[in-house]
Amino acid sequence: MKLTGAEIFIECLKREGVKTVFALPGGVVLKIFDTLHQQKDVEVILTRHEQGAGHMAEGYAKATGKAGVCLVTSGPGMTNVITALADAYMDSVPLVCFSGQVPTNLIGNDAFQEADNVGLSRPCTKYNFLVKDVNDLAGTIKEAFYIATTGRPGPVLVDIPKDVSMAKAEFTYPNAVSIRGYNPTYDGNKWQIKQAAEAIMKAKKPILYVGGGVVFSGASQELLELAEMTQIPVDMTLMGLGAFPGEHSLSMGMLGMHGTYQANMAMHYSDLVIAIGARFDDRVTGKVSEFCPHAKVIHVDIDPTSIRKNIHVDIPIVGDCKTVLRELNQILRATVNGEQKDLRKPWWDQLREWQQAHPLTYQQEQDGPIKPQQVVKRLYELTKDRDPIVATDVGQHQMWAAQYFKLAKPNRWLTSGGLGTMGFGFPAAMGAQAAFRDRLVLCIAGDGSVQMNMQEMATAVVSKLPVKIIILNNGFHGMVRQWQDLFYEGRYASSYLDTTPDFVKLAEAYGAVGLRVKKVGDLDAVLKEAIATDKPVIVDVPTYPYENCYPMIPAGGCNHEMILEDPPELKKKQSGATKVTPEDKDTVLTA
Amino acid sequence: MEHIISVTVENKFGVLSRVAGLFSGRGFNIESLSVAPTLDPSMSQMTIVTSGDERIIEQIVKQLNKLIDVIKVVDLNETEFVSRETAIIKVHTKDQDRAEALRIVDIFRANVIDSTPTTYTIEVSGDPKKIEAIINLLQPLGIKDLVRTGRVAVAREPVRSAAVQAKKVARE
Ligand SMILES: Cc1cc2nc3c(=O)[nH]c(=O)nc-3n(C[C@H](O)[C@H](O)[C@H](O)COP(=O)(O)OP(=O)(O)OC[C@H]3O[C@@H](n4cnc5c(N)ncnc54)[C@H](O)[C@@H]3O)c2cc1C
Ligand SMILES: Cc1ncc(C[n+]2csc(CCOP(=O)(O)OP(=O)(O)O)c2C)c(N)n1
Ligand SMILES: [Mg+2]
Repeated sequence: MKLTGAEIFIECLKREGVKTVFALPGGVVLKIFDTLHQQKDVEVILTRHEQGAGHMAEGYAKATGKAGVCLVTSGPGMTNVITALADAYMDSVPLVCFSGQVPTNLIGNDAFQEADNVGLSRPCTKYNFLVKDVNDLAGTIKEAFYIATTGRPGPVLVDIPKDVSMAKAEFTYPNAVSIRGYNPTYDGNKWQIKQAAEAIMKAKKPILYVGGGVVFSGASQELLELAEMTQIPVDMTLMGLGAFPGEHSLSMGMLGMHGTYQANMAMHYSDLVIAIGARFDDRVTGKVSEFCPHAKVIHVDIDPTSIRKNIHVDIPIVGDCKTVLRELNQILRATVNGEQKDLRKPWWDQLREWQQAHPLTYQQEQDGPIKPQQVVKRLYELTKDRDPIVATDVGQHQMWAAQYFKLAKPNRWLTSGGLGTMGFGFPAAMGAQAAFRDRLVLCIAGDGSVQMNMQEMATAVVSKLPVKIIILNNGFHGMVRQWQDLFYEGRYASSYLDTTPDFVKLAEAYGAVGLRVKKVGDLDAVLKEAIATDKPVIVDVPTYPYENCYPMIPAGGCNHEMILEDPPELKKKQSGATKVTPEDKDTVLTA
Repeated sequence: MEHIISVTVENKFGVLSRVAGLFSGRGFNIESLSVAPTLDPSMSQMTIVTSGDERIIEQIVKQLNKLIDVIKVVDLNETEFVSRETAIIKVHTKDQDRAEALRIVDIFRANVIDSTPTTYTIEVSGDPKKIEAIINLLQPLGIKDLVRTGRVAVAREPVRSAAVQAKKVARE
């Protein structure tokens, strides 16, 4: 039987196990929407902006490990979703985005709402397709899902002209895909893995540096086995949080620009860095020429371009984390004995000393202003038994969330690392909530970032996605203010937000619930109330505006040279500022 | 250092812009690029002349390999290869210059492929040094137009033994 392009589209989604599509209609995709409207297998969540649709699909993908799907119209629909595609590309999120296109006979004519969708998305997708013939549609969609989810995952765009969605073709869905130019390597080179095992046996000061690749690969169990068997400490990147249990005694926490003292010291002084599914981002390496000066480097990554892109690697292993770690563990199981523990005792003494010397700290006074770290810490303690999914926006609050919310398992952490997209958190949380309706989904947001996709509150209310947004409301683009305090002599150029909306009323205006924490003493009660509410909630938490996030390695700085607290001049300024509100928005804080 | 990279790609629309976009987006340098279908019309062969240190060339090769439409990448500098470029040069030639032009054409084994009373259009092919040399010689006559194809290159067939090589050379 012949089906229309729109029907083929839906049949393909069903074959790929897609239950939810985040979408916003327009002229050239009306046929697809009309067809979606007349079936029940695939749910459509109507978003209020295409960027929201894109981030929701990302959140869905990160939480489930499957491809997220969004559908947008031509022209402005496409340009609106670009930020989400770029975000997914940087963070390797499997995503399939369908865009509408003007009819094939009008392509190139500057037709109404025409945009070169393939051209626009080329630099921010793993691959993209323009489907010119309905007979190619099913095969193309199959390839799109295959490319998005295999190898190093990433976003794929399928551009469907209006006439293609209306034309008819015989529907057959291919069982398998074979693309001659695309064959990701999953099995690591055996000889290299043996070399790695030997290096691990000999190392006196080894460190595991693990990233998002472990999460994508589902290799947490294998990682845990490796770390426990060899007693090697574990540093996680921002994207790797949850890949290893945050409370585990071998966990050093996050490394990098705002990583813990022990995590960064361990990297700097280690003699063997074992990088697994991490890409040596500049927020981790700092000054490349002085990165891990004493270490041999093992790098396991599925993408050969990640290896030796930024730093020299001694033992490169191209392959999937899970497959490679299994092989590595098997070798090590036969060789590891009590000797490594003795060999590494001085290293562990040193690590514990670092840990005790400079743990993460902050000062919360009983009746003083609410400290942002306190909010994250209490939120963590109050919710950890419920195994929540945690999304963040971008800024200081994101870093505090990374430091204080110690995730136990992978696929619970939704954050924008590579692109650092403000406005990512709320829609990403909604996407995860759409996948897991019964789970607790939190969004730790900034007062600046959250305004970038606030419109999606309407979607959350209508589609019953009871995400809990906790706004760390410091009245500032706090991360920007922190840099200005440290590197621009405290001139607050466009970082003070002045009037922000009353977030409680804003929530209510949308039909959601708004709550505010007025003082530290109320924090627990209000958070508990929010968690117990079965609607979307905004918890507005006015926090101390001048809190800075430490440790901090200034951009391009060296990993063992961290700023651990406010420099004295800054402290002096701020001691006067505790009682003052940031009225003088352009001026330096005065003591 | 200059490298010649031979890239086999799918012969379909948009592939050239993916390759070009890779170079421009990552700040890699393209000195010349030539593309044409291979014997198998479903594939095209690109010859890219680029330059960079070892790390950059390694990235270029890896990034090219990562493109889904790229089927094969060979850094020809890692093997022996032969390369050729063609130039078409239109020169002003009046009176005694015409004889001079023909002499140069002869020396370089070039061809005159078009002629008017005041110009010759000359085709020459060879390695880039040869092309540079003929351009230098023709310049005093007055070059009106110059187009170059960019290089195409192919790896030399590995020769199994000295004897085989000797035979081949003898045949040539
Ligand atoms: C304000 C701000 C501050 C930041 N501060 C920090 C910081 O202090 N510390 C920090 O770490 N980051 C920080 N980041 C994030 C940083 O920019 C990078 O996004 C992050 O470091 C990259 O993490 P990753 O190395 O785990 O790589 P990812 O981006 O997660 O990439 C994953 C890697 O794994 C590979 N891979 C994928 N799948 C597999 C598989 N199946 N098998 C094997 N390999 C696979 C990929 O090829 C890739 O190389 C910050 C971001 C922002 C916005
Ligand atoms: C879309 C976008 N624009 C600008 C930036 C630059 N930027 C990074 S953090 C930040 C401030 C974020 O403020 P807020 O959300 O209030 O978080 P805070 O740092 O105060 O916790 C800005 C402007 C960005 N990351 N993303
Ligand atoms: Mg803020």
